[in-house]
Amino acid sequence: MASGLHNSDIPNPVLRWIDQRMPVFTMMQKEYGSFPTPRNFNYFWNFGALAMVNLVIMIATGIFLAMHYTPHTSMAFDSVERIMRDVNFGWLLRYVHANGASMFFIVVYIHIWRGMYYGSYKAPRELLWILGVVIFLLMMATAFMGYVLPWGQMSFWGATVITNLFSAFPIVGEWIVQLLWGGFSVDNPTLNRFFSLHYLLPFVIVGVVFLHIVALHITGSNNPLGIEPKGPQDTLPFHPYYTAKDSFGLVIYFIVFAVLVFFAPNYLGHPDNYIPADPLVTPAHIVPEWYFLPFYAILRAVPDKLGGVLMMFGSIALMFVLPWLDGSPVRSMRFRPLARIAFLLWTVCFFVLLYCGGKPAEEPYVTISRIATAYYFAYFLVILPLLARLEKPLPLPESIARAVLGGGPLPAGAAAKPMEKA
Amino acid sequence: MADSGEATADGGTPRRDFLNLVTASFAGLGVVAVAWPFINSMQPARDVLALASTDAELGSIVAGQAVTVMWRGKPVFIRHRTPQEIEAARAVPLSELKDPQTDQARVTKPEWLIVVGVCTHLGCVPLGQKPTDPRGEYGGWFCPCHGSHYDTSGRIRKGPAPLNLTVPGYAFTSDTKIRIG
Repeated sequence: MASGLHNSDIPNPVLRWIDQRMPVFTMMQKEYGSFPTPRNFNYFWNFGALAMVNLVIMIATGIFLAMHYTPHTSMAFDSVERIMRDVNFGWLLRYVHANGASMFFIVVYIHIWRGMYYGSYKAPRELLWILGVVIFLLMMATAFMGYVLPWGQMSFWGATVITNLFSAFPIVGEWIVQLLWGGFSVDNPTLNRFFSLHYLLPFVIVGVVFLHIVALHITGSNNPLGIEPKGPQDTLPFHPYYTAKDSFGLVIYFIVFAVLVFFAPNYLGHPDNYIPADPLVTPAHIVPEWYFLPFYAILRAVPDKLGGVLMMFGSIALMFVLPWLDGSPVRSMRFRPLARIAFLLWTVCFFVLLYCGGKPAEEPYVTISRIATAYYFAYFLVILPLLARLEKPLPLPESIARAVLGGGPLPAGAAAKPMEKA
Repeated sequence: MADSGEATADGGTPRRDFLNLVTASFAGLGVVAVAWPFINSMQPARDVLALASTDAELGSIVAGQAVTVMWRGKPVFIRHRTPQEIEAARAVPLSELKDPQTDQARVTKPEWLIVVGVCTHLGCVPLGQKPTDPRGEYGGWFCPCHGSHYDTSGRIRKGPAPLNLTVPGYAFTSDTKIRIG
């Protein structure tokens, strides 16, 4: 590429002066203005933008909370109570941050579900999907460490239980756990490093999100039909069509968020975390935050320490290889009658596991968890690979425009009819 | 879509422009409204405000002696002035002062001078509280950072500082006790 000033067509002279030297406005226009986007998005395609906004909210509230928080075992709990009682609008910042974590997982779970239902993980979007799974793992680590910071009973015992997961690994387990703790139990060094990492990881997430978007803008978005756009008649410019659609979704999202923050700020939390951490007394019923419950249920469904840990990590690791487990070339479940039912059942299992993870480790929840866990894994390892060979998909539409603007699949040869808007 | 960007029949603002402006304005208002709690959270919290006054006992300070107390994280100089020091402060004509103020206006009781011990130049703590400290050319305080001299009323007399040492709000709660702030 030749060096020299960029040939900018931005009309405003000041912006053009900048754009010639650093073509960020041209780039924004290309990637978010005229960017060709499938014309048939439904509201499931709002959730990527919502996740982005949610990440910004978490970082903004987090930075301001960190101005008032003290990462020391003898002061952390009190500093959080001070935020709630003394700091101007501290209650708002903390409730937005705490419920923002829940909102983030709600949004991201729907985003992932969307990708699984409409086959967004399939070629050529495998790397895009893998980057998404990386973001999800980083989110889980960040959320876990954030929950430890208030240094309540659930913080402490959650940290103890989760860090002890690593002790299940033979030979290196003990070493890893001491590395995480910086001592021989969850204590001040643990709290200090968790605070440091809780501040760092969101910025790592920002970096991976950037890569996620770069990859997205190479392949372009998937869409509810799961067929590639064939020309301009199948797409719309991102602005104003999807800026407007995303903005509408954003307003709904803010309403749900506000209801949670202002009317039920502790609904998704656990009252035990308002008791200061006590290394001598474990609460009767330890549960992680709701968004970890499905994986916690898988952990408890296995009657073996290492087995449970491996199954729990494996349940997420499977996501990385999902593009290669599902060999069917048809993306959208709309055209896969059997896979659709199998996936909806998987969705039910996810919720069943979420429910069982919050219940005590006793019957009937253990048995139910085992059945749901078995199906969770069977879906990835047996059903999807088999259906790719056995299932006969429904006929796909000729093009997005055809399907959206009327008329189903066309007889062969009729697809060349010109569109009125090209 | 093609017609929505054009002027309406009566020559008014194009509809799309209007919608863009209204949307951007509401979004802007929302951002400003949300920014306020963030900015306000950086102001002193209520526990900080609750500690914003300090009580000081003056009974044990003899004439000619000075003590320093903490108030809002800053030193406050309390000096029990001798009659000579009071005399020196009151003898100065206002025309000689950089920041003209009478000594009477700076004290409640003439023998007790109470000022914030922060140089009005760039915030250093001036010397002059201990008997061994240099007190500058005017017998008050001397700021070693950039060479400001204050007199026995805490007024700036020489050097780069623009203003006299600040007199904090205070009240005598009894003959020998004051509450600052």
